[in-house]
Amino acid sequence: MKKTEFRAEPVSCSVKPLSFCQELCIGCNQCASVCQVDIMIPSPEKGKHPIVMYPGECYYCGSCVMACPVKGAIRLRHPLMNQTKFV
Amino acid sequence: MSDFKWPYPNEMDQEEQVSAEVLVLGGGIAGCYAAIAAARKGKKVVLVEKGATVRSGAAGSGFDHWESACTNPCSKVTAEEIANAYIDEQDGYSNGIAHYIECQEGWHRLKDMESFGGKIRDTQGEFAGADFRDEKTGLMFAYDYENKFTVRVWGSTFKPALYKELKRLGVVIYDRTEATALLTAKENGTRRCIGAMGMNVHTAKFLVFSARTTILAMSRPARIWLFDSDQVGLSEFRPTQSIGSGHAMGYRAGVEFTMMEKSVQGEFSAAGRSFPPYSTGNNHNTWYAATMVDARGVEIPYVDRDGKELKTVKERYYPAKGQKFFLKGGVIDNPKYEYRGPETLEFEELMKRGYQLPFYADLSRMPDEERRVIWGMMVAAEGKTKIPVLENFTERGFDPAKHRLQSYGTGWQSAAFLAQERQLFGAPGGIFHDWDLQTNIQGLYAAGDQLYASDCCGFAAATGYYAGRKAAAASSALELTAPDRADVNWEKKRLYAPLFVEDGMDWRELNKAISKAMQNYCGGVKNDMLLMQGLELLESYEKEYVPALSCANPHELMRAHEVMDILEVCKLILNACLLRKSSSAPLCFERSDYPQMDPQENQCFITICQEDGKICSRRVPKRYYGDVKSQYEACNQDYIKEEAWAYEED
Repeated sequence: MKKTEFRAEPVSCSVKPLSFCQELCIGCNQCASVCQVDIMIPSPEKGKHPIVMYPGECYYCGSCVMACPVKGAIRLRHPLMNQTKFV
Repeated sequence: MSDFKWPYPNEMDQEEQVSAEVLVLGGGIAGCYAAIAAARKGKKVVLVEKGATVRSGAAGSGFDHWESACTNPCSKVTAEEIANAYIDEQDGYSNGIAHYIECQEGWHRLKDMESFGGKIRDTQGEFAGADFRDEKTGLMFAYDYENKFTVRVWGSTFKPALYKELKRLGVVIYDRTEATALLTAKENGTRRCIGAMGMNVHTAKFLVFSARTTILAMSRPARIWLFDSDQVGLSEFRPTQSIGSGHAMGYRAGVEFTMMEKSVQGEFSAAGRSFPPYSTGNNHNTWYAATMVDARGVEIPYVDRDGKELKTVKERYYPAKGQKFFLKGGVIDNPKYEYRGPETLEFEELMKRGYQLPFYADLSRMPDEERRVIWGMMVAAEGKTKIPVLENFTERGFDPAKHRLQSYGTGWQSAAFLAQERQLFGAPGGIFHDWDLQTNIQGLYAAGDQLYASDCCGFAAATGYYAGRKAAAASSALELTAPDRADVNWEKKRLYAPLFVEDGMDWRELNKAISKAMQNYCGGVKNDMLLMQGLELLESYEKEYVPALSCANPHELMRAHEVMDILEVCKLILNACLLRKSSSAPLCFERSDYPQMDPQENQCFITICQEDGKICSRRVPKRYYGDVKSQYEACNQDYIKEEAWAYEED
């Protein structure tokens, strides 16, 4: 089988499901490795947080946050339209 | 935007040969239990999972209650009673075999889970004294507190526990590996499954799995009618990648399906159409039986099946006078009188009586332990609620003892879908099978959401384990057979094709076109002309646009394969719709050219499969599986004698 070269670039999306705290993240990639949808790739820079390549594919299950060993290093947030009201 | 280097090695030119006695495709709840059952029988088991088994599947991040655990030590109902009630409730369009297995063995699987480290009871006494808690066992129940057959569980602990057990048993796990096709061979005039093929979604390495027996334990189809190209992951209820590849590869290989004509108007989780599941005020499922109030703060009454108003919170959890038990849960929408439990007044009646929208769930008016069990235990253990709902709402300042959480629309769906925005939900169609959960192809078994009329996690676990032990038993008599090289080469060519297309079509464009076609040609009202035109259109997409799909790496390639599988499943659905020449209420199937509802002669399962490229179909009586209890016992004496007793509690 002939080979092609793989390329990758983050696919843009109107929302940002995940955000990282640069100071807290230890770059262990646990979040990326438990993500069943596989929306992240490990950072090319060792010790840094993963790159969210496919934010639009996020299923908002929260497994990445549950797997994170440092509280607050990764945050998951539903899009604004999904914030429900309480009084 | 600058290109990143793809972080994984390029292994397109590599092929790995793997052999197993039992091959399990899919690492969700059903697949994990199937692998465990086969491994316990001493078999060499290989499990193939597209995501990461530790959290993969519809229940990967959790679930909060386990239905139909009729053999638990507190239950006052029998497996036979509840299985037959489900069959009757769904007018016979139910999976009697699988439901009986769920009712009889579901509790055993929960006990297994506890032994693996999952939490199934209130060991700390956190809810001591609550009506729903059995003081002796610490088990906690939902819905019917009298009969105690639905168990509240801490499901977010389950997948990691299963994963650990798989490792302990030596199951060989291929994570990040998509199964793409079944391998079959004709032996003595019989078609037999001899394994499967697949691809690593990081490296594009090609894999050939040879197996004596194979179990399909993948998802039900999704993204058929509903697709959001921006927020793909919010298109449906189930995980992004769970789109029914197992159905597609089964259909291509000649597997027989039934009830594929059934689809329901959307209920859950489409981007823009609804809110995150369990994040709105409601009183069903996880939230049963929350106190509901209207815009003025006036409490909305609960009534029993006879319309009698219930005065206390406690009464919402007990059968009516003269009723033995009631049914609630994932597939129970508007039950028959016999099985109907306490419910808030109908929406129309509430409007007549002057109740004002919007409604709210008001947990502050409930007893402390009922409030804590809904918000804190159930909304936490249910998948997709621990972080995005419980944690995020708490950060926003939500306090269930003080605040009311708004409901949207008129009911518990908290969504407003159009008739053509459909889903495979509420016990949809799937693979047809016998009492061994074997398909029409020898050596090929199915479990969980791939079976027709599946419902919850208990169903997935019980049928998974059952398929695992049957496949293990059958594997001894079957040989490993080398696949035909031509089959392997053909599949390789098909799989890699989009990597060689320059400047072609993005998979999202095709998915969106397919879902629009399904809304137009297979919507709320169907007829032969529409369905045939839909098929023609999809076949033209297959011919002209599938070859135009282009992608840059194995991840995108996996998504492209998913769309090809969605297209295959759409053809299966359209053909299944064409086969039923009448309308049907229980199948949510409306035809303008055959408007008669459920005529006697069509009250049967209609099956569909492909044979040499042609559609074949059979009509099978609804109760083809016989009396569930006696048939189960006839087929499972070994399990009853050797294993079942070990799950009894004093």
